[in-house]
Amino acid sequence: MSVRAALVAFLLLVNSAHGQGFADLGRDAEGFAVPVPGTAFDFPRDHGAHPEYRIEWWYLTATLTGADGRDYGLQWTLFRSALRPESGEGWDTPQIWMGHAGLTTSDAHFVAERLSRGGIGQAGVTIDPFAAWIDDWRMESQVEEGADALSDLTLTARSQDFAYDLTLTATGPIVPQGDNGYSVKSDSGQASYYYSQPFYEVAGVLDLPGGPIDVTGQAWLDREWSSQPLDADQTGWDWFSLHFDDGAKLMGFGLREADGDVYTSATWIEPDGTPTPYGDGALELTPLATEEVAGREVPVEWRLELPDRGIDIETRPLNPQSWMDTLFPYWEGPIRFSGSHEGRGYLEMTGYQ
Amino acid sequence: MIVLLDVQNVHKSYPTEEGDLAVLRGVSLALDEGQSLALTGESGSGKSTLLHLSAGLDRPTSGQVVLDGRDLTSLDDRGRASLRRGSVGLVFQQFNLIPSLTVAQNLAFHARLADRHDKDWTGLLADRLGLSGHLARYPEHLSGGQQQRVAIGRTLAARPRLVLADEPTGNLDEDSGDAVLDLMLDLVAEAGAALLMVTHSRRLAARLDGQLTLEHGRIA
Amino acid sequence: MIRAALSALLSHWWRHKVQLAALMIGLALATGLWTGVQAINQEARSSYDAAASVLGQDQLDRLLRADGALIAPQAFVDLRRAGWLVSPVVEDEVRIGGVRLRVLGIDPLTAPPAAAAVDLTGDGDLAAFIGDDRLVFVSPETAGRLPSDPLTVRLSDDLPPGVAIADISTAWSLLEMEGFSHLLVWPEQPYGVPPLEDAAPDLVRIAADGANDVGRLTGSFHLNLTAFGLLSFVVGLFIVHAAVGLAFEQRRPMFRTLRALGLPARHLVGLLGGEMLILAFMGGALGIVVGYFVAAILLPDVAATLRGLYGAEVSGTLRLDPGWILAGFAIALVGTAVASAQSLWRLARLPVLAPAQPRAWSMATSRSLALQAGLGSALLLVAGVLAVFGHGLLSGFAVLATLLLGAALLLPAVLMALLRLGASFARTPLAEWVWADTRQQVPGLSLALMALLLALAASIGVGTMVSSFRLTFTDWLDQRLASELYVTASTEEEAERLRSFLQPLAHAVLPIRSVEARVAGAPAEIYGIVDHATYRDHWPLLQGRDDTWDRIAASDGALINEQLHRRAGLSIGDVVTLPNGWSETVVGVYSDYGNPTGQVIVGLDALADRYPDLARLRHAVRIAPEDAPALADRIRDEFGFTMRVINQDEVKRLSLDVFERTFLVTGALTVLTLGVAAFAILTSLLTLAAMRLPQLAPVWALGLTRRRLAWIELARAVLLALLTWLVAVPLGLLLAWLLLAIVNVEAFGWRLPLFVFPLDWLALALWAMLAAALAAAWPAWRLARIPPARLLQVFAHER
Repeated sequence: MSVRAALVAFLLLVNSAHGQGFADLGRDAEGFAVPVPGTAFDFPRDHGAHPEYRIEWWYLTATLTGADGRDYGLQWTLFRSALRPESGEGWDTPQIWMGHAGLTTSDAHFVAERLSRGGIGQAGVTIDPFAAWIDDWRMESQVEEGADALSDLTLTARSQDFAYDLTLTATGPIVPQGDNGYSVKSDSGQASYYYSQPFYEVAGVLDLPGGPIDVTGQAWLDREWSSQPLDADQTGWDWFSLHFDDGAKLMGFGLREADGDVYTSATWIEPDGTPTPYGDGALELTPLATEEVAGREVPVEWRLELPDRGIDIETRPLNPQSWMDTLFPYWEGPIRFSGSHEGRGYLEMTGYQ
Repeated sequence: MIVLLDVQNVHKSYPTEEGDLAVLRGVSLALDEGQSLALTGESGSGKSTLLHLSAGLDRPTSGQVVLDGRDLTSLDDRGRASLRRGSVGLVFQQFNLIPSLTVAQNLAFHARLADRHDKDWTGLLADRLGLSGHLARYPEHLSGGQQQRVAIGRTLAARPRLVLADEPTGNLDEDSGDAVLDLMLDLVAEAGAALLMVTHSRRLAARLDGQLTLEHGRIA
Repeated sequence: MIRAALSALLSHWWRHKVQLAALMIGLALATGLWTGVQAINQEARSSYDAAASVLGQDQLDRLLRADGALIAPQAFVDLRRAGWLVSPVVEDEVRIGGVRLRVLGIDPLTAPPAAAAVDLTGDGDLAAFIGDDRLVFVSPETAGRLPSDPLTVRLSDDLPPGVAIADISTAWSLLEMEGFSHLLVWPEQPYGVPPLEDAAPDLVRIAADGANDVGRLTGSFHLNLTAFGLLSFVVGLFIVHAAVGLAFEQRRPMFRTLRALGLPARHLVGLLGGEMLILAFMGGALGIVVGYFVAAILLPDVAATLRGLYGAEVSGTLRLDPGWILAGFAIALVGTAVASAQSLWRLARLPVLAPAQPRAWSMATSRSLALQAGLGSALLLVAGVLAVFGHGLLSGFAVLATLLLGAALLLPAVLMALLRLGASFARTPLAEWVWADTRQQVPGLSLALMALLLALAASIGVGTMVSSFRLTFTDWLDQRLASELYVTASTEEEAERLRSFLQPLAHAVLPIRSVEARVAGAPAEIYGIVDHATYRDHWPLLQGRDDTWDRIAASDGALINEQLHRRAGLSIGDVVTLPNGWSETVVGVYSDYGNPTGQVIVGLDALADRYPDLARLRHAVRIAPEDAPALADRIRDEFGFTMRVINQDEVKRLSLDVFERTFLVTGALTVLTLGVAAFAILTSLLTLAAMRLPQLAPVWALGLTRRRLAWIELARAVLLALLTWLVAVPLGLLLAWLLLAIVNVEAFGWRLPLFVFPLDWLALALWAMLAAALAAAWPAWRLARIPPARLLQVFAHER
């Protein structure tokens, strides 16, 4: 596919080639804004797009149980990528949008992908009322005046072989990740703005080739924007979002470096939404078992240790073949974990060749 | 002496619009190795036909032609051609040189066709035949006597065991005819080949070891 | 053995270089013209395929507006947001620095994989494609013609000539428009998208066209070229046959000697076959070189023709292609095999003792002449039967082939009869001898004269067709393009403004509205017109009724063009079925030359009723002809470049230009064929020259000078050419009639009246005689200078 390499280059692996050095405070060499620590979020403004940053996403994952008693997982993601730090109207707007939708069962994994340019209305994000969309895939706020726009959402996506339609209701607050929303990604200072809404209760319908299925469960929304998310020698990441049975949440990731080191970061979230960030080294990630996925070895079972919280768990995927065969391919799927604690969550792994 | 050519009771007739025309009516002859035999007779007596049958150029209507121990009548075209190539040399009244080849190429031609080209032998023949000065020329630039010498050289260069000559001097005046014939007889004798020559001249016929006369398709 | 024998066989050619040259030239011409035509066809076809697949049109359905107007950008976004997977394309032509460019604007983000026209995988390619608003992809050939200034040009080898691929926004700025020509539809659509009628009510879906429209439209043109290639090939084969036959006859003594010296017959035939193979390869190689140059020289004109006639872009430069090179060798081998089969066959059955003298190989007996004439008559009969009962283009060409071949076979008998007639007027012994001797020469020259006949007949036939076409076409243009100006607005608002602007200035403003639709199973256009004298007085009706125009004005009935009339078999009184359950009675048929598709004309109101949303953008303007240019300028000044103003004169000039180019190639091929025929005469005369000495020597001995004899020889060749021309005229007229009445109808869907141009024939007679005189000049010159000794030899060598 013709656009693959180009998109990979400027979507998710934008690194030193572009963002080397700071031309100006808060700007990189090409004029893109870079995250600055100590910046407070401004809602609902920050629910919307930040075209002056190179990349941004609205990233929702849900762990579900069907009326048939089986486990399901789904993903809905809208990416934004800027060729230049400008917005604008019309067909020559330098903003490109990409949508990914995934739906996982124990024996199947469905994937769909959409692309659009900004400025023409085919894809975008509005703040009031909040809506994020590409084509007919939509994440729309249903809230009354006053409440946070993201606390009540409807979510749809549709493809040749599947569709889903969900309502999401937040039972807790929005949670900033890292240092009050400033999430550091490497020793050399790469960082992003990052917040989450991990407290969604979900109900809705999945349309599968076998027929519609009613589902309920939990969902997690990540919002992140940046201009230089990875360091030059970082080769990929393993990212966990976990719902503990007692209502607590854990976000943890490890960024793998070319020399074999891993830069880890985690946020422990109390059931009431109080976050505790952990810096590099607090969380330990150990791959336990690999599986051949799309012609490569991918570690699909993991051990997570966060000694500070007495956490020592092992994760298992619902479907080891949860491969997102998109322009930029990666592994993304629902997991269950057990050990010191039990619960469900989502795992994303990138950069496995 | 070994019999090289054995013709036994050969008949040959050609179909014409007025019915079959019998040219040979029971001819027999034998030719030993190294022997020379003249075949004389009137025009239409069947001399040339007998010569052609002996060369395997045509088949008799009945009877047998055995050449070098092989029955020509039982061989196919390929077999007869092979025998002709290997054992027989032909000298025609019309010379039948290949006009697009030079004298030298014509001289070597039959020997090359038979895969036994001997440069020295061919050179010697050219000398003896007085052709050394004409090797690069084409047949059309030679006189009749010279052309016939090329034809004789071509035949002998292939070292045939039997030379069949059909009026070899018929197209030449008497003097050059005699000179060519002398040369041919000498060289045939030197090469140890047998010779069957058709001629209507009794004078020439007398110079060979023996002679046969055909009359109306029979030996007189 | 083999080497010795082969070198002896080949030595013949070394000693007869002119004969070898004739054989080589014959083979090279036959192979070359055929290969050249094939190369042109193949180049064109690969261009069509490239054009057809550049955006996957051959695999993807398309959405477009029935009225042909641009699709608004918002309509695309609405469809996407309704769930439809579609991708926009804007397409139009623009001139950049004098170069005509077909610009295709695409959206790489939504384009289906089948429409991946250019490779954007390089680092930063996509960003540049979308971001650089002057970036276009073109083929290297196109890039060579483009000025570098306003554009950033990148190369893509896969693109057809004259096509530029750009991002939508780039294309818009180049084409100075905003909107989409059509939307590509992904082959698979998501779960439960709404029906198209709801999502986009004014768009129609056109199925993917695997058959490739251009290929179908141009098929007849290529068949025409192929037929010409074949004709040249056949004429070339006459030369090959003559040269091969002569070489075999001359070598009969050699064959006999070889056999006598012991070369088996089968070997001899095999070696001669091998020799022919070698010669065929040499001739074929030469022919391919000739073919390459023929194609390279003709291709630009062919390309211009195809562009003008069908809008098909064909690369003007030729690529060497192993396909037609191999085909060239194959045809050379086949041709040599055909030309030498008879000789080889005879040789294989030749007894060793057969007479060695060159038999008068060409002196056919009166029996074989009668046989040939019988065969010729039979072929003519077949042609007649096919003409009456056959259907389809191929049958049309079969009629042509049998007619030409039959006539060629009959030619010697006809010439003999003519010469006998001529002889009856002879009063002097010399004249009697000349007539008789000429008759004796006919069999020897018959192949060459047949070639001349074919060339002359083709020239008369094609010339008559082209001239008839030109005459008819010019008249038709005058009728059809009655209005002085044709003006097209880009938006409804602009069109509205235009109409009020023109109201006080023009005598009449006639709206033209049309939709594309399928009628009788094929693509067609439906036009709506108003009632006006422009149509009543000028429209080129082939069939009509007294009330034709009243019925159209009353929106009760339809006019159809000749193409639809012939293809669908519709005539006055029949009912033509139009889309959406609409049908009208046919009230007239009009001629519509140059248009490959069907057309229907109805009253404007009838069309507006069925298609209420039809854009009203096009107008025909009536004004005094001398005021038209000024008005055109005023419109351009008032509305700027978005308003397209076309002057009637320009259209006519353009159309005639297209027309002339269309038949330029045919003309060139006719001349080439005539040249080949002249060459055939030359080789035949050279062949006969040596054999004719015994006939000439006695006349010389009786007191005619060699000079006089040479003049007689020359006159004889001219006389034979003239007689052949006499036969060629009726044959050529028959050919023209077939082309106009059968081939054109099948190929293009229209029939033209036949006009005759006797002055052209006279010119052709002069050409034929000149060609024959030139061909006979060298043999005659040689005769005039022949040493008397050679003539005397005839008596010395009397056999």
